[in-house]
Amino acid sequence: MSNLFNKSAHELIGLLNQKQITSVEITESVLDRIDNVESQVHAIVTLDAESAMESARRADEMLAKGESRTLTGIPIIIKDNMCFKGHRTSCGSRILENFKPPYSATVVQKIQDEGMVILGSANMDEFAMGSSTETSYWGPTRNPWRLECTPGGSSGGSAACVAACESIVSLGSDTGGSIRLPASFCGVTGFKPTYGAVSRFGLVAYASSLDQIGPFGRDVNDIALALNLICGHDPMDSTSAPVEHPDFTTFLNKSVKGMTLGAPSQFFDKIENKDVENVLVEARRVFEDLGVKFVELSLPHLDYGIAAYYIIAPCEASSNLARYDGVKYGYRAKNIDGMIDMYCKSRADGFGDETKRRIMLGTYALSSGYYDAYYLKAAKIRTLITQDFKKAFESCDAIFCPTAPAPAFRLGEKTDDPMQMYLTDVFTIPVNMAGLPGVSLPGGLSLDGLPIGFQLISSHFQESRLIQLSSAFQSHTAHHLARPAL
Amino acid sequence: MKITLEQVEYVATLGRLYLTEEEKSKYLNQLDDILKYMDTLAAVDAENVEPMASPVELFNPLRDDIVKPSLPIDEALANAPALEGPSFKVPKIIE
Repeated sequence: MSNLFNKSAHELIGLLNQKQITSVEITESVLDRIDNVESQVHAIVTLDAESAMESARRADEMLAKGESRTLTGIPIIIKDNMCFKGHRTSCGSRILENFKPPYSATVVQKIQDEGMVILGSANMDEFAMGSSTETSYWGPTRNPWRLECTPGGSSGGSAACVAACESIVSLGSDTGGSIRLPASFCGVTGFKPTYGAVSRFGLVAYASSLDQIGPFGRDVNDIALALNLICGHDPMDSTSAPVEHPDFTTFLNKSVKGMTLGAPSQFFDKIENKDVENVLVEARRVFEDLGVKFVELSLPHLDYGIAAYYIIAPCEASSNLARYDGVKYGYRAKNIDGMIDMYCKSRADGFGDETKRRIMLGTYALSSGYYDAYYLKAAKIRTLITQDFKKAFESCDAIFCPTAPAPAFRLGEKTDDPMQMYLTDVFTIPVNMAGLPGVSLPGGLSLDGLPIGFQLISSHFQESRLIQLSSAFQSHTAHHLARPAL
Repeated sequence: MKITLEQVEYVATLGRLYLTEEEKSKYLNQLDDILKYMDTLAAVDAENVEPMASPVELFNPLRDDIVKPSLPIDEALANAPALEGPSFKVPKIIE
């Protein structure tokens, strides 16, 4: 069977179970595809072809013995910030250039126990700090739809791999939009679960109160399968929520008649891009045809989301990244004169520009005399944003809004102006501030052919509502089936 | 708030980062830009609002104190830049 690489996980599962194909055939097809397009896209940091083929052979044994699980034999790529025992996990940084973790992240362990095939690690902004995958030590990833554009970030490699069919599904992490933004730019489905739904054990920390792991897929059916695998309580992560998650696939292909979507005026007032506006108008019409009601909403503190986020996230980052001291693991500078010199030199050489900027910003905001004006104020704004959302969910099942202000921008366009780069996350950041689940779905193409996503947000641990709404949308549209001409 | 070159240098020291002269002036301008944007927060009256540290209710997850296997020493040391015996080797701290 040809072109297995461009099929969805649920299609491939059907073929595997009918013994029409093997995991080895799928994996070979995907590795061939990587061979053909990776030099153009540059979405992968470390390709583990040999260990992938070994996993595929093991998956075929599991299938033959009747010991397979739902996703056994399906290729997946993980973001380069998820510890994979014995495999380089660099977090897109020189400081972890040669780091091979002595243990696997809980999500990685779950993937392996499921018998999935890990292809390697996907490119990302250094320490997940960025909105374009341009801050990676390994160089930028390119958007499979237009190579002179960015794939978005920070999980740009994970999104680009699924869009370019270099993997079937992938995992990313989302601190301020890092799954949803690249999903929008690359025309794939990207899901950020509720904070605490997926274990962060073994995820290299950026901003611990905001970080959350989630999947990318060709459609929401694949997302539901991936969520079933990765959601769940983990005693190794004290912020992991001890809640029971439903079987998300039972929310596929269900009626959404009578459900209510809220459209926040503060989001819609900000849309300046005609293509984004068209996508939202059309998506709304699709939902209305399916019997969904729309209500107007007000989220008065959304405007302060970016300012509060770019205080809180760098503050947490400056603390989290203090561990890179050149002692226990990671890069240590040569020709050093004492401990302090070793710290300062190793960090100066090991960290890139954006990471240094955020360490500086966070250190400044937490320094004596500025704490109240910055961190404390931002933490209070966070409460107000969360209260706005709580109130909004009293009148709707989910919120409907853009994912990004515009389609993918060109490489280099915003690298010299950090503030412009930060504003890219205006629609995604508030979701992390409140710890809510959110999904970006392909909603169509711009006039000049770039994908545009839209976003659905629901209340804590109501992932199932987003699956139900997304599935209804994708059953009645074909935007998620569009592929780049690579 | 306006940030000064002295503050940039002070913050770099706190953050244990050497910066080149070029980096210092670049970060001075960029941080100034970013902090100007942060000043929009001053418009929000949050006097009586509780600050939020986590989106979920934090609690102490207690468990029984059972001995479990831990990371073997050689694996824990495998990524170290310098070793001496079963220890991390660092420059001399005490004169």
